[in-house]
Amino acid sequence: MTKPHGGKLINRCVFRDVDLDDANVVRVNADRAEDIENIAHGVFSPLEGFLCRNDLESVLDDKRLDNDIPWTIPILLDLDEKELAGAKEGDTIFLAHENGMVSEMEIEEIYTIDKKKVAEKVYGTTDPSHPGVSMTFNMKDLIIGGRITLLKEGKKPFDEFLLWPKETRVLFREKGWKEVVAFQTRNPPHIGHEYVQKTALTFVDGLFINPLIGRKKKGDFRDDVILKAYETLIQNYYPKDRAVLSILCTSMKYAGPREAIHHAIMRKNFGCTHFIVGRDHAGVGNFYPPYAAHEIFREFPDLGIKPVFFRSFFYCKKCGGVVNEKICPHRGDDIINFSGTAIRKMLKNGEVPPSTMMRKEVAETILGFDRMFVE
Amino acid sequence: MSEKNEKKFTTISIPTALAEKIKKKIEGTGFHSLSSYVTYVLRELLASMEEEGAGEALTKEEEEKIKERLRALGYLD
Repeated sequence: MTKPHGGKLINRCVFRDVDLDDANVVRVNADRAEDIENIAHGVFSPLEGFLCRNDLESVLDDKRLDNDIPWTIPILLDLDEKELAGAKEGDTIFLAHENGMVSEMEIEEIYTIDKKKVAEKVYGTTDPSHPGVSMTFNMKDLIIGGRITLLKEGKKPFDEFLLWPKETRVLFREKGWKEVVAFQTRNPPHIGHEYVQKTALTFVDGLFINPLIGRKKKGDFRDDVILKAYETLIQNYYPKDRAVLSILCTSMKYAGPREAIHHAIMRKNFGCTHFIVGRDHAGVGNFYPPYAAHEIFREFPDLGIKPVFFRSFFYCKKCGGVVNEKICPHRGDDIINFSGTAIRKMLKNGEVPPSTMMRKEVAETILGFDRMFVE
Repeated sequence: MSEKNEKKFTTISIPTALAEKIKKKIEGTGFHSLSSYVTYVLRELLASMEEEGAGEALTKEEEEKIKERLRALGYLD
């Protein structure tokens, strides 16, 4: 099995009861609470806390931590003066969220950032219509770097699907999987997704389907819809003991190529050896060229997880099956693309998409929900 | 930034003839300099020497607890 990123699976969980009555407690939002739990449970290995300035600058300029380990997305804690309540470097504060999560943080550094530079480097744009840029511009003014310790886990939805890296590593080993390919998703599966997954699975021992659960854009499919749709697909169309469905609680940044590397690193920590990268991975609108997320992997010979690149699959009427442009010579009216927009529109109108686009069972599962989309 | 760059790079020596061969080899590739190529190759080499492993030793109790949860959730029989 592949080693965790940086060589060691980070464990910053020291569960204990803590009396917060007289403590310096900072209430953090859901995204930061997820970051804290992901750091503590090793999903973000080798990070042990929120980035200090030297690591941030290195991530922005070189796409690596200061110690040369590949890392592309800044994991930052932003607070304002009031929230910091006079705490200074060297102090310990508590970070808490309304879901019950409590952690301790040793403040190593308090600094400010050039938000424009962060946006430009991470997202490749400063256009505020980009959701990641907008998030960056809305960050509070003080950035707090330092190690965290998770004292109490927060209550999370769908926790029956939530596995941490130390658990998936035991699971893969128990299943006898030496090579595991990870599939990142934020949508219910259509036929194209299924073929990508099955094509990749053909060459390895197991498939790790790992939908992202967390804050999404308005109009995205709801998390419960995605999970139920995948359960249906796996039950009906996947060999038992070849596919595992488990969630990853983290928000989308829509950082395209940089986020593709981040997604791969997280799956390496879960114990995966391969990572599927499709068209416009983690993209939004037309901000990134369709295969920019493929290109960026060339910069990381030391990533430690193998990218498996796919171009778009489509249904070809002449070939009579699902193919891709590498293996099928037909184009134009001969092919039917798996348009997410078209499928979404049909489902919104209560229609079952054609079986060439989506499995009937999957479509019916989705249509069984009163609310399919994030509002 | 300049201070950062100063401490982030070091100089190593390689035979001039080898350097010339590499310079010719990387012409027209995506590598902008001898240094970027050598950095790439060394990172690749180091990564290939990385051994497999869990990266963490679980105690017998921890492992059993994990397996219990995996069974309870239906991930393991």
